[in-house]
Amino acid sequence: MELPTINKKRIVSLLKEGKRLDGRGNYEFRNIHIETGISNKAEGSSRVKIGMTDVIVGVKADVQEPYPDHDDEGTMIVGMEFSPAAGERHEIGPPKMDAIEIARVVDRGIRESGFINWKELCIKKGEKVWCINIDIYCINDDGNVLDASALGAIAALKNSRLPVYDKKEESVKFGELTDEGLPLTEHVPYTMTFYKVGEGYLVDPTLEEEDASEARLTFSVSAPKKDKIIHAMQKGGEIPISEVELDVMLDKVEKIYDDNFVKLATN
Amino acid sequence: MAYTKRLDGRKFDELRPIKAEVGVIPNADGSALFAFGETLVIAAVYGPRPLHPAHMQEPDRGIIRCEYNMLPFSVSERARPGPSRRSKEISMITANALSSIVDLTRFPGTVIDVQILIIQANASTRCAGINAASMALAHAGIVMKELVSSVSIGKIDDKIVVDVDKKEEDYSDGEGSTDIPFTLTSRSKSIVHLQLDGKIPLKRFKEAFLAAKTACEKILKYQERALKGEKINEN
Repeated sequence: MELPTINKKRIVSLLKEGKRLDGRGNYEFRNIHIETGISNKAEGSSRVKIGMTDVIVGVKADVQEPYPDHDDEGTMIVGMEFSPAAGERHEIGPPKMDAIEIARVVDRGIRESGFINWKELCIKKGEKVWCINIDIYCINDDGNVLDASALGAIAALKNSRLPVYDKKEESVKFGELTDEGLPLTEHVPYTMTFYKVGEGYLVDPTLEEEDASEARLTFSVSAPKKDKIIHAMQKGGEIPISEVELDVMLDKVEKIYDDNFVKLATN
Repeated sequence: MAYTKRLDGRKFDELRPIKAEVGVIPNADGSALFAFGETLVIAAVYGPRPLHPAHMQEPDRGIIRCEYNMLPFSVSERARPGPSRRSKEISMITANALSSIVDLTRFPGTVIDVQILIIQANASTRCAGINAASMALAHAGIVMKELVSSVSIGKIDDKIVVDVDKKEEDYSDGEGSTDIPFTLTSRSKSIVHLQLDGKIPLKRFKEAFLAAKTACEKILKYQERALKGEKINEN
């Protein structure tokens, strides 16, 4: 469903005055609500709501052969789908480009940050390592599913415990979980996406705002110490982003991180 | 050991030897070859032509459909033929970058097909592909607002480097390797494509962008020379 032009014009003209339809500031997220342990058969799970956007994430682990060039490190696969439940525009069928892109950006943020200690997921060098499967389902799409998915993946990983591995049988005892959490580090990657709407910028768009947007830039950022480190970026949309606009965003990353994610990082 | 000298001996801001040429596929409406050293790519453009199935047509504009195809023999370990999630993502970001420079409202209901074939890969394949595709579009005579040029900027250990090769991409000493492919428009040097993976302090990101600006200006000169008919081969 295309957004009626009149709504788009209204969103753009309001933003010129620094206003949004729901009264938020340009760089203000909606309420973030995180729940964990929503599916007890999973190794870990979460449900993240940002405003009305609703995403559920489950983690399952299994044992596989490592990649030959990283023969003592665990692996990870991230999948993402918009359930047809998520809204009228989402149809039945294999994941489309929007979902594939979200999976890949979430994957890169987690992988590159070093949030997971891959070496500790090695069972037997060159032969057996844990593979962490993260599956993300959007069940209600009201915009900014990318940031919600990234947050859901982090919450589910923190909630996860490894299954029991029987060393004699060399097999996983699915359904029996150890007390051991995943080997995670303090390099927690949080993801924020700037959306260009008209001449202005905002974060955490509603679906209406997202439809009115023609370009976006995603940052996946950690702050293990004082300095912020970028681990993944992705530009989306067909409209260019100028150097001046890039400067504005680079300048805002720190504050958005501090305002929205620092409180999550302490949990 | 600190990264004081590049593994292949280049200066930190030096591109690999460039190849650039248009008209390499006679049947296509436009075509081009582009290489950064060993990374060798061919792009072919067909269209604008009517889009089938008709329900995919957009009444007020044309669309660009892009296929990035890493040929199975182009990498050390054979790549499975056919689209992967990676290649689908690269196809999409390439189509986005190209759509920003073509005035698609002139071609309602049509499609411009862009085929990108990676023949030999040594990192920066998406950038080489976009450079070739940009040239192929111009070679096809499609009305464009400007060209785009693409380059991969790296942070290898603590050094910002231009045009990352595979050995640098895999560098793991010190601060390791960060890869930042940029695509910039030729005139305003606006960003039409940007990805990043690795780790780079927020404070140093601007340095990478400025390196991309300078490098893209150099690449643009090669693209323009090739479009004037020159066959460039620095190898």
